[in-house]
Amino acid sequence: MRTVNLRGGFVDGAGALDLVFSGNAQLYAIVRLSLFVTLCATAIAGLVGLALGAAIGLTRFPGRGAVVVTLNGFMGLPPVVVGLLIFLALSRSGPLGNFGLLFTPAAMIIAQAVLITPIIAALTRQLIEDLWVEYAEEFAAMGVQPWSRVTTLLWDARFSLVTILLAGFGRAAAEVGAVMIVGGNIDGFTRVMTTSIALETSKGDLPLALGLGLVLICVIMAVNVGAWSLRQWAERHAG
Amino acid sequence: MPVLPCLSFASATYAAGGRTLLADISLDITPGSPTVLLGPNGAGKTTLLKLAMGLIAPAAGTVRLGSRVDGKPLRTAFMFQKPVMLRRTAAANVAFALAAAGREQTPAMIRDLLDQVGLITQANRLARKLSGGEQQRLALARALARNPDILFLDEPTASLDPAATKAVEDIIAGTAARGVKVVMATHDLGEARRLAGDVVFLAAGRLVEFAPAPAFFNQPATEAARRFLAGDLVL
Repeated sequence: MRTVNLRGGFVDGAGALDLVFSGNAQLYAIVRLSLFVTLCATAIAGLVGLALGAAIGLTRFPGRGAVVVTLNGFMGLPPVVVGLLIFLALSRSGPLGNFGLLFTPAAMIIAQAVLITPIIAALTRQLIEDLWVEYAEEFAAMGVQPWSRVTTLLWDARFSLVTILLAGFGRAAAEVGAVMIVGGNIDGFTRVMTTSIALETSKGDLPLALGLGLVLICVIMAVNVGAWSLRQWAERHAG
Repeated sequence: MPVLPCLSFASATYAAGGRTLLADISLDITPGSPTVLLGPNGAGKTTLLKLAMGLIAPAAGTVRLGSRVDGKPLRTAFMFQKPVMLRRTAAANVAFALAAAGREQTPAMIRDLLDQVGLITQANRLARKLSGGEQQRLALARALARNPDILFLDEPTASLDPAATKAVEDIIAGTAARGVKVVMATHDLGEARRLAGDVVFLAAGRLVEFAPAPAFFNQPATEAARRFLAGDLVL
């Protein structure tokens, strides 16, 4: 019969808290790298995704429906498949092998950016398209020029767009499969929170895994609190 | 000397989704006091205004705007029944309209436009936080920012309370008194009586009657207009 060692669980939990609050260097190096990778990936995905989403939302072209369906479908890209494809592209025999990016933080940034760009682009496309339906006739009557229409829509949607970026950040921060494949989980170099948790758990070092898990949950919660607070502030102060 | 029309419809027809929304409209609207489009819901009032503004194109026939003395086309502006407020302050909404019209956005011009519609004290309030009546007035200020010769208004006082209605009607009357041709749609007979110089009566997408306001209200020429004025349902 299987038993649960509650005492052992408490000891692990206490050890995790000790690691977090004592400023454990190994733990915080992993956290720093995780945040660096995810922030870079979100920035890149934001630049590409916002522009792509706005462009698709505001233009009409043959095959647009297929593009929209594909983009929406890519929101659910399996991370391990993305990781595998990027691994193949970055490996020595791959098309991007000469850059020597495999098993570096840059490869992890690329993987996370590829994963969340469709999410940001698809949500931006829907948001801008809905706003366009609302604004189109008014813009036509006011004689607003095409470029000004785009910038005005993006400006008026700015708080929702930030929420979309934060959603992308949260998705990237919680990702494990792709960064494990292309980063290699190298100690002190490409080890991030999610890959460390997986590794330390398999090794039985539960305090470190729990400590990292605690920090990861705090980061995700902070992002969500930020998104919620921004929305509340925007409703009160920015119409 | 005959007054040249500022807006002419010649056999204008508009259809959408397999339905004819306006059929064979021929009409010359001349400068002067407001022209009011009257008719029940679905009569084609909004469609006629959108055709006049160029927001939609006729399926058949023509819609022609008159010219200014310098030969350039008359400037037009449009206010929707439910105007969209941009997510910024009232002053910034007016500044945006001035920019869209290719005009300078000086603080003095913005203040002047807000003053015209009685919103000078609300300049720094968020447009979407204004009341319904204030939003309508802000939409009027944005329309006036185009410095129009013809101002199209689509049911500008629909769903406003009497005080807000009066405020908007006063602005419309003042605008018309400054020489701007107002063409507006309403199904409020009281408002039409208060503002109209002449009346275009539409029903089921057809022009039923076009007459000076006193003649239309006192001696309507058609049975449909008589029934509409009597409060009967005109389908």
